[in-house]
Amino acid sequence: MIEVKNVEKSFGGNKILKGISTVFETGKTNLIIGQSGSGKTVLLKSLLGIHTPESGTISFDGRIYSELNPDEKRELRTEIGMVFQGSALFDSMTVAENVGFPLRMFTKDNNSKIQERVDFVLKRVNLTDAHKKLPSEISGGMQKRVAIARAIVNNPKYLFCDEPNSGLDPNTAILIDNLIKEITEEYNITTVINTHDMNSVMEIGEKILFLKDGLKAWEGSKEEIFRTDNEAVVAFVYSSNLFKKVREAYLKE
Amino acid sequence: MLIRYITQIGRYFLMLKEIFNKQTKWSVMKNLIFKEIDDLIIGSLGIVAFISFFVGGVVAIQTALNLTNPLIPKYLIGFATRQSVILEFAPTFISVIMAGKMGSFITSSIGTMRVTEQIDALEVMGVNSLNYLVFPKIIALLLYPFLIGIAMFLGVLGGWMAGVYGGFTSSDEFINGAQMDFIPFHIIYAFIKTLIFAMLLATIPSFHGYYMKGGALEVGRASTVSFVWTSVTIILFNYILTQLLLGS
Repeated sequence: MIEVKNVEKSFGGNKILKGISTVFETGKTNLIIGQSGSGKTVLLKSLLGIHTPESGTISFDGRIYSELNPDEKRELRTEIGMVFQGSALFDSMTVAENVGFPLRMFTKDNNSKIQERVDFVLKRVNLTDAHKKLPSEISGGMQKRVAIARAIVNNPKYLFCDEPNSGLDPNTAILIDNLIKEITEEYNITTVINTHDMNSVMEIGEKILFLKDGLKAWEGSKEEIFRTDNEAVVAFVYSSNLFKKVREAYLKE
Repeated sequence: MLIRYITQIGRYFLMLKEIFNKQTKWSVMKNLIFKEIDDLIIGSLGIVAFISFFVGGVVAIQTALNLTNPLIPKYLIGFATRQSVILEFAPTFISVIMAGKMGSFITSSIGTMRVTEQIDALEVMGVNSLNYLVFPKIIALLLYPFLIGIAMFLGVLGGWMAGVYGGFTSSDEFINGAQMDFIPFHIIYAFIKTLIFAMLLATIPSFHGYYMKGGALEVGRASTVSFVWTSVTIILFNYILTQLLLGS
């Protein structure tokens, strides 16, 4: 469980996060949604320790990040898996080397054990024949799956995904969504996804946090988002006719 | 403006401190070091050999053409070539060229990793990205004096060939000049300079790549700025070290 309390963050006098408080629950896919500039990425990067909040606390299962010493912070980071928007695969390494990287860095496993684990997670993300390819030789969807495999290879307790569906076709986007949800349940991970994709909200949003102008404007589940009369949420989520109709149909049922 | 420069210098020294914190596992680091030796040292052998040989030749020809007084002996061609190549051309001139070749490679490769969030990925995993990226370059560049040693040899060889086969001097005269008044400390001085330039070549371009912000265009800009600052620092240190080691 990740607990966020009154987190504030500014850049150059411009306050981006204005006292965000929420809880990201274990074993659930927690989504952060909101318009561009609402503070989603800043919140995610604050959770990851890339940005340091000016005030407030972020605790990982009771461990307050800002109170940890550098070694404890690095230790905590080995429990985190991250899927970046652009996948952030190391382009000088093959797919198998990318996936095995956290194991080579942080475990004492020998090569055959690492290879075994790499094969297992690549199979788990349905990539069985790309081991020796470079990231530049595979498609965007495959790169995302490699990034997910790399993020889960060291059995993380926390999984963060920044726009995991951006730039993907609808079919691949759904596959990636389902894969993240399955992995979250299978390994009982606390998963936090930063997304613009309303399909993801409808499909896998077990806990949704809606940010507007750096403030928490709403939070709830995907079922609750259909029924909410929060104007900001309705204006954002149901801005397209398709989703308006989906909502109407859901409410009629 | 001044405050910005001072802040950048402070940041550079903080980066140096961070490079030696939280070492990457040796089993991973040794492969990174071999890769950097291949990219930075072995990959520069060709261009260093080519430039050294021909510039050594040009130094010999220029010296010969300027010796118009018949009272000045021809062996001075070998002497001047040796002195120019060992004292300045090989350690300093080659280092300025390497600020362009190695420096832009280092800045653009680290800068691209910054732009594509690969450095963030390392940090999020708990890896000390500065140690992972810069430390192997520093260790690889400890072999830089080997490159400069080759530049010295080929520079003098190029001078000998240009002098002898160009008809400016005889082989004996050139070799006599090259051996005349040899001061072994000059070699030590050249290698001390080379080692310090190697540290500058590894760290200044890394600094510009690591702390760059923006996209592809900024990677190009960072490479240019890195080349300028590395060259300026090398020239500045060259002056200071020459004054300290050979002056007075």
